[in-house]
Amino acid sequence: MTVPVIEDLTPGQLPGRCRTLLEEGGRMQFAYAWFPEGDGPAELRYVMSPASGQEFRQWRCRPADDAVPSLAVAAPLMSWYEREMTELCGIAFADSPQPEPLVLLSGAQASKPPLVPGADASLAYRAQPYSLPELSEPSRADLQTLPFGPVRAGVAESAQFIFYYAGEAILHYYPQLFFKHRGMEKRFEGRDAALGTVLAERVSGVGSVAHALAYCQAVEAAAGAVVPPRARALRVLLAELERLYNHFHYLGHLSHTTTLKVGEAQGLYLEELAKQINGRVSGSRFLRSVLKPGGLRRDLDLGGVLDQLNRVVDEFTPYADMLLNSGPHLDRLITNGILTRQAAEDQGATGPIQRASGWDGDLRRDQPYAGYAQWPPYEIPVRQAGDASARQEVRIAEIEQSIALVKHVLAEVPDGPLAVECAPADGSEGLGWAESPRGALFYAVHVGAGGRLARVKIKSPSFSNWRVFPFTVHDTNMMDYAINEASFGLTIAGCDR
Amino acid sequence: MPLWTLFGLSRGNASTRWPASGDDGQAGVLGMPRFHPDKCREGCSDCVEACVPRALFIQRDGEARLGMDYGRCVACQLCVEACPAGALEASEDWAFGVRRREDLVWADESVRHEASRLNHRIRQVFGRSLHVRHVDAGSCNGCESELQALGNPFYNLHRLGIFFTPSPRFADLLLVTGPVTYAMHGPLLAAYQAMPEPRFVMAMGTCAVSGGTNGGGYACGNGLDEVLPVDVYLPGCPPNPAAMIHALLLLLERRQQKAQGGRLDRSET
Repeated sequence: MTVPVIEDLTPGQLPGRCRTLLEEGGRMQFAYAWFPEGDGPAELRYVMSPASGQEFRQWRCRPADDAVPSLAVAAPLMSWYEREMTELCGIAFADSPQPEPLVLLSGAQASKPPLVPGADASLAYRAQPYSLPELSEPSRADLQTLPFGPVRAGVAESAQFIFYYAGEAILHYYPQLFFKHRGMEKRFEGRDAALGTVLAERVSGVGSVAHALAYCQAVEAAAGAVVPPRARALRVLLAELERLYNHFHYLGHLSHTTTLKVGEAQGLYLEELAKQINGRVSGSRFLRSVLKPGGLRRDLDLGGVLDQLNRVVDEFTPYADMLLNSGPHLDRLITNGILTRQAAEDQGATGPIQRASGWDGDLRRDQPYAGYAQWPPYEIPVRQAGDASARQEVRIAEIEQSIALVKHVLAEVPDGPLAVECAPADGSEGLGWAESPRGALFYAVHVGAGGRLARVKIKSPSFSNWRVFPFTVHDTNMMDYAINEASFGLTIAGCDR
Repeated sequence: MPLWTLFGLSRGNASTRWPASGDDGQAGVLGMPRFHPDKCREGCSDCVEACVPRALFIQRDGEARLGMDYGRCVACQLCVEACPAGALEASEDWAFGVRRREDLVWADESVRHEASRLNHRIRQVFGRSLHVRHVDAGSCNGCESELQALGNPFYNLHRLGIFFTPSPRFADLLLVTGPVTYAMHGPLLAAYQAMPEPRFVMAMGTCAVSGGTNGGGYACGNGLDEVLPVDVYLPGCPPNPAAMIHALLLLLERRQQKAQGGRLDRSET
């Protein structure tokens, strides 16, 4: 992973360049702001892919006195990044189609945006009563409103889902996320780069490996460190073991929503078997405390993994076959929550969601990291339908791919050192990425004085997919909602940060 | 048309009988590091510098010495790697559910105190059963993942008479994860106020116990102590499912507390 090519643009050039990029088949990935000189002015970074398989590029832009032109009309997925920059970094955008706050709940107040140097230590907050927007029709008397959450049934992450509905029909849906916003990016600032891994592992617990990996790779890019072959192979193993337990959980949870009791139990049992393998291999059921910038902290215990994995395969194969042939289950999935390829591209879908809507893309193949250049996935499953059934099929096929990949790597893990020295120089920066179980995850790291972290930006896959999800809910019905939500397999912790 | 019932029956019973007997499912899982202050080198602070959540600290009262608060520990093992003298040792110790916060802090002398005496009030009220309302007050989803695992066929929490309930109005226990974000503070209090009395509160995971690595900052509190009266603390990042079951049974007075003064009683109970 090299330092990406960075090009300086004026704010006025941004919309034109963005349109050209999209016309040429490129894709905006994410954007963030930071303060390179501490108290000085902000600097914006836009990260994009010129075309599939080409190296990531960046635009660097210093806002002048005027507001920066919004890119959300040309590339709607930019809306969330711009709104976040406004709230957290105080950057003004002109002609934004959605200028309302996103990350901070209404009623949260601070004298300065929280990521601006010298901001208040904590936010002041007084909850605001939720007010409904005015609708022209149907009349308000015919419309029901359901604010569901933030404390929801069962063991669930906190978020509030607001439905405007008439009978069974959902007219409009709004997920109020960010109840779990913890200010994780700010927490990295001033830390030693080696200790940042502990924080990265705790942004989204079920994505601990992907977060730690993307973070470590960003620091390695900043330091110019090249990870030794054994560590690269073991990183692939860890990442695929994480994909396995996440996807098993996904199938169990999806079966829960279609009231397939045995299917739920079997999915969760497979997840447990996978987590127990994780525990034996790494000492952590979430595969934590193994990665560090430069390689691995310690070796993995790979004795017996193959036998344990074969037991999982014996449990999984008939189960997958049952799920893919179960009429009552499929009846609830087929045509449920259709995401068109156009919406997926415009709104920035990623991972299995993107691939279930006919849009091929996987960072493991397109931008190989860790050991994926040597051990690429045999096949990237893609489906065209864009419905819940397609999303289930993609995940089942990915489980099969992951198991094959783990076995392949296990047979070929090279001997050798586990890590190299990795000390990023003052003023260096790096971009790291990983294809997490939920899609593309990015870390952008800037190193300040004394090798301490000056800014860490996290782009989680669920931040992208939560932006997309409501487009599959409007104008559907209440009975399908929970199934559709489960079929997306979203986390809230990663999105909220 | 697949025969799910037949499939389920053919798979047999996957549940462990633990803690009565059998496998706790945590083979190889690292827990809190063991602390051996007698091996600690004077003037060395390598572990303190490696400890992100500040579980290890230099005590300044009198002569400087190392302190350890398991209520802040996220079991990242960095101190074990940093210590040149073996004063911190990797272990599989996880049964850190306690009734008093102080029992998570290393005390110079092991003192038996009244916390170990049971008052049997909860047994009189609830019998052996418990209904739990979980509230996520800003966790990383690690604790939720393990709480959800309690319902899987291996742990099968229902066999112990413990159930998660949708409404706080049916709940005996409020089980809280996360350091309590500014936005979840209000909903958390509302859930607590909706519960009938007597009601109990558990802080689950290092974030809820003390804030851990994620507490503080512009958007978070430092755990549940600042918000509600806590009956049981269970640190861990996340605590493994066996530790969660132990803490729930500890609340129900069906299991003994194992940690006192930061020391763990490792005999089987």
